Amino acid sequence: MEDTPMEFGESNKDTEIAPALIAVHPTQESVAAAVGPDLRIFDLRQNSAVSLKDDSSVGSLHKDSIRVVRYGANGKLLVSAGDDKLVKVWSTESWHCITTVCSEKRVSAVAISNDGLYVCFADKFGVVWIVDLDRPDGQVHVGKKAVPLLSHYCSIITSLEFSPDGKFILSADRDFKIRATVFPKNPLDGAHEIQSFCLGHTEFVSCLAFLWTEEYPQGFVVSGSGDSTVRLWDILSGSLLDACEVGEKAGLLGSNGREAECYSAVTDLCSNPDGSLVAVALQSFQGIILLKCNLSTQTLSLAKVVSIGGGTFIPTSLQMCSSTGLLWMVTGVSNLRGSECPSLARVRVISGVNKSNSDSDTREHQELEDNEIPGGTSLLKNLQGSLSYGEEVFLAAAEALKTAMSNLLVKKQYSTEKRDFRKRTRNDKKIKQRK
Amino acid sequence: MLENEANPTLSKSTGLPRKRFYRARAHSNPLSDSHFPIPISPHHVDYSLHYPQFFPSPDQTDSSKKIQFADIGCGFGGLLISLATLFPETLMIGMELRDKVTEYVKERILALRTANPGQYQNVSVVRTNSMKYIPNYFEKGQLSKMFFLFPDPHFKEKNHRRRVISRFLLDEYAYVLQVGAVIYTITDVEELGEWMKTCLKEHPMFEALTSQELEADPVVKLLSSATEEGQKVARNGGQTFRAVYRRIAPSL
Repeated sequence: MEDTPMEFGESNKDTEIAPALIAVHPTQESVAAAVGPDLRIFDLRQNSAVSLKDDSSVGSLHKDSIRVVRYGANGKLLVSAGDDKLVKVWSTESWHCITTVCSEKRVSAVAISNDGLYVCFADKFGVVWIVDLDRPDGQVHVGKKAVPLLSHYCSIITSLEFSPDGKFILSADRDFKIRATVFPKNPLDGAHEIQSFCLGHTEFVSCLAFLWTEEYPQGFVVSGSGDSTVRLWDILSGSLLDACEVGEKAGLLGSNGREAECYSAVTDLCSNPDGSLVAVALQSFQGIILLKCNLSTQTLSLAKVVSIGGGTFIPTSLQMCSSTGLLWMVTGVSNLRGSECPSLARVRVISGVNKSNSDSDTREHQELEDNEIPGGTSLLKNLQGSLSYGEEVFLAAAEALKTAMSNLLVKKQYSTEKRDFRKRTRNDKKIKQRK
Repeated sequence: MLENEANPTLSKSTGLPRKRFYRARAHSNPLSDSHFPIPISPHHVDYSLHYPQFFPSPDQTDSSKKIQFADIGCGFGGLLISLATLFPETLMIGMELRDKVTEYVKERILALRTANPGQYQNVSVVRTNSMKYIPNYFEKGQLSKMFFLFPDPHFKEKNHRRRVISRFLLDEYAYVLQVGAVIYTITDVEELGEWMKTCLKEHPMFEALTSQELEADPVVKLLSSATEEGQKVARNGGQTFRAVYRRIAPSL
């Protein structure tokens, strides 16, 4: 145990709080939400909650907070992974767990290759692992072994994305870097050829999304960061094309002078494929920022600032379904300390996000009422766990999440005296050195 | 600075810094996030700070000249000093993690520049963690030579991941090296020598230089003779293990 006093409310690793996550099937056949170790899925075709089947010897379901949940591009697979160091791949047809992969460290990011053949996951030490999935035949496979694909030296990887044409895999880390690597024909041998580094963020990169059209098949990437900006990149060259100060636009840049605080980091973003709309979630912001991306001029601009849920909804996770034009959002947390309900979530939906005309009408982006949401109250009950919570709880949750994210991803700046004190109290430091 | 008699860290006779005032442990933890500034991108590297004679002003419009040699873990700068006069038109930089040692090299370069007008203007040093920040300093395919002389062996198996040559870091080194560029490694620890050679051999973007090519390269001889570490090994009659590889385009 450390002698140094706990700073910034450092929490015990075992009961770390985790944000609620949401994922939507590409054609909205189902919606998944993860709150702590609970993976809740609502099947919109059957209009009922899904019960997951897991016969693996490793143990059914997750034992600790899920940190990533996503559907594969072809909609056949769902992957969930997190603090229990397990990566579970589920079939969206049978809802069986196809395979469970053990990771050495807690998983911080996951991506499924577009053809559904590979799952990549990254751990907090900066290694990206890859495991191949056999052709989907519905059978349960014994826990597979992952091999390393690439690594960001000693840096927590926050996001993994495959490019739409499958040629590249992007990895973003907490050391402000985005790396675009060529995804080779035999990825199990490692991905050694780096296409580019997209450098320009001045804080950790938290999320990535691809934009592409037929005109620009190689696509562009938008990234969100702890520096309160969203940036647009050309991954072939690594050049920064444009940047948008979303923190400022949301009126959130604090002049409170507390440098140690990570203010208004971008926590999540998602876009419709052609990039006409990019939805951005910010810490402490009760709503979302909608950005427009013009791929021909390669610029980002503010489309709209949308406040949600009467002003207490700070989204923790977003996903757009391009086929239905709905933006699904969730706010919530698990392991919230000092609260009567340590685990809570609320889902909200905004419609009209597949409209790509530049002059956006106010009536186009509508927040849906509970009964207008596909699946209605049944879905909400399933994914949220409950239909209603007190509003204040969500605000407390948002603050706690902000602190946790800051502790994890922002490099602590110590004063010289504090640094010397920390060096002195290190238990492995030799007192005397002669060379 | 040379005129200042009160500054004991510089030798009165040669004007060069005295090593004993810059003593540091041989080992430094590459995992710790030390408190030094990192350029946001290669465009943010201040050439006028490092090479004032080549770049008189901070806003250099002529960006045709770029750093081409990098000595990773340059220590007290022995190799760089030898290379500087061998390649007077090439810009080169040393990267070192240890604060005091970097200071020593800085002082050494300044003293040499003063004592030899017009020379040593092409060499500089920066304190940084090259295992994390190489892409911040160099663009894709910028370097033509990279040096890893007597790196920290990190003997324990659990510390092997801290070694400066690894299959993962070679991806980044391959990125900053141009096709045809050369990576030079040498060590007096046999196991480390084997490790580095294996990593390079197994990496699809590097191929070994032939013995004729090694003979023909004037830099190869400097690997064991130019640095303080190398001279110490020679004095003690130790063996050195070299691996010199060329960066190649990956086969499709």
